[in-house]
Amino acid sequence: MSDISFLSQLVTQSRRDILRMVHKAKSGHPGGSLGCVEFFIALYYTALEIDDKFSLDGINEDVFFLSNGHISPVFYSVLARKGFFPVYELNTFRNINSRLQGHPSVQKSLPGVRVASGSLGQGLSVAVGAALAKKLNNDSKISYALLGDGELQEGQNWEAFMYAGSNNLDNLIVTIDLNGQQIDGSTKDVLSLGDIEAKLKAFDWEVIVEKEGNNLEKVISVLKLAKTMTKNKKPICILLHTIMGNGVDFMMHTHDWHGIAPNDEQLDLALSQNPETLKDF
Amino acid sequence: MNYINQGEKDTRSGFGDALLFLGKTNPNVVGLCADLTGSLKMNAFKKEFPDRFFQIGIAEANMMGIAAGLTIGGKIPFTGTFANFSTGRVYDQIRQSIAYSNKNVKICASHAGLTLGEDGATHQILEDIGLMKMLPGMVVINPCDYNQTKAATIAIASHEGPVYLRFGRPKVPNFTPENQSFKIGEAIVLKEGSDVTIAATGHLVWEALEAAKTLENENISVEIINVHTIKPLDEKTILKSVHKTKCIVSAEEHNYLGGLGESIARVITQNYPCPQEFIATNDTFGESGKPHELMDKYQLNSVAICNSVRKVLKRKS
Repeated sequence: MSDISFLSQLVTQSRRDILRMVHKAKSGHPGGSLGCVEFFIALYYTALEIDDKFSLDGINEDVFFLSNGHISPVFYSVLARKGFFPVYELNTFRNINSRLQGHPSVQKSLPGVRVASGSLGQGLSVAVGAALAKKLNNDSKISYALLGDGELQEGQNWEAFMYAGSNNLDNLIVTIDLNGQQIDGSTKDVLSLGDIEAKLKAFDWEVIVEKEGNNLEKVISVLKLAKTMTKNKKPICILLHTIMGNGVDFMMHTHDWHGIAPNDEQLDLALSQNPETLKDF
Repeated sequence: MNYINQGEKDTRSGFGDALLFLGKTNPNVVGLCADLTGSLKMNAFKKEFPDRFFQIGIAEANMMGIAAGLTIGGKIPFTGTFANFSTGRVYDQIRQSIAYSNKNVKICASHAGLTLGEDGATHQILEDIGLMKMLPGMVVINPCDYNQTKAATIAIASHEGPVYLRFGRPKVPNFTPENQSFKIGEAIVLKEGSDVTIAATGHLVWEALEAAKTLENENISVEIINVHTIKPLDEKTILKSVHKTKCIVSAEEHNYLGGLGESIARVITQNYPCPQEFIATNDTFGESGKPHELMDKYQLNSVAICNSVRKVLKRKS
């Protein structure tokens, strides 16, 4: 495992990547991306057991699915920093002919991406299917997924929650990014999700709540805990409370930065709050 | 060549029997069903390979996503439900998680079209060919009888990429060869002729053969093409035929909008413009009734094909 100071540097650098990618493309989704930086760093650097070389089938390695594909900036940043593809390719985000599509795609074989996402509510079913394939293959590794909280309003998620719970699918770890925000406002105001913990428990899931989803060490710990709970007849869900726009003061605690890019001044201000640690792309 | 009705059999049984065969011969083949195991004839596969059969419940969107996920790890998932629930109900799941993601999923759809019968229009999809052929990379197949459905099911397991396989509920004449080889994208000329081409798919292929008997008595020489694969369309075979006959009738159990006929129209207008008539439903929903009553009412039968042939011949001259 990498040491925590290096991982903290990665968190800051990934924030810079996100801001600079979205600024350069003049479009994209910085808010949710910034809120999930600690999760992605913890996941890729401490939790996932993956091979050096990416393969679509992911046999005998952990697989990860991003359901809320609009937070592609953080996904791409961490994949690149982890070595799935060259860091300089982050320059091409949302450009024509780029492998870094606005929402993740497999059409141009971007290493690290196994299924397209963007149209919400579909990733959990895919992660369930991959977990089933692992069972059939006697593959002891885990299927992971990240879901946004807003996308829980899509009914397909609940079909998949029901299926995984009813079928004791215990090689599946799902994290829900609870930032409480969606495009039209707070999830509470748009369509309240109610007591998600109680709902998932009623669907026969193990639920772990982590209130400090932007505390890197806490996220590392909760992912570790989740792994210890696998192979025990129940799927596992981490309810990860995060702050949208985390790390950039004027982007935090608001849905305003869900899907817009900072201008030049805003970028400078945001970057000044996150000094370069590794090297900018 | 004469095609003899070897007995009435449902095309869905061809699917079920082939799936059982694939279960025995290809360990990566898995089956998924959304609470219609009996209707899809998947019971034998389920019984023989319980670990490779997934009862998803009445949750077709989840079924399509799970199927996409199962391919990650090398499985070849065959999903089974009615055509309506295999397409329209789950279009975006297929579009993003299967087609755009280029997943090796076989979407197997029974009870397509009017011949679903008494359940009525909620279940009788007449738009599915159009929906599926519009998806980039999707192969669309509509075999004509039991033997061909069985052969097609076996063939698609060896094709890498998403496939939509459409078949039906009722027992219909089984007339193509047993244990035939099935080549995706290669239309079959069932009968050669020189005056008119009939390009038919699915249940309408037998009707075309029946129509030919009547038309031959009127000294009309009919060429019949079984277009079992709508996408990729066998443009070569169709164009070769119309170069000879200089007119064509397309026949399908589907809305003329988005169906086989429109695919053919694109090919002939680009390459060899000539008169075409369409046997298809006329932008309408279906209704309850016995399969043959519905096919008669909506003019998807040999009589209607004969009338269209006479009409297209007049237009040619």
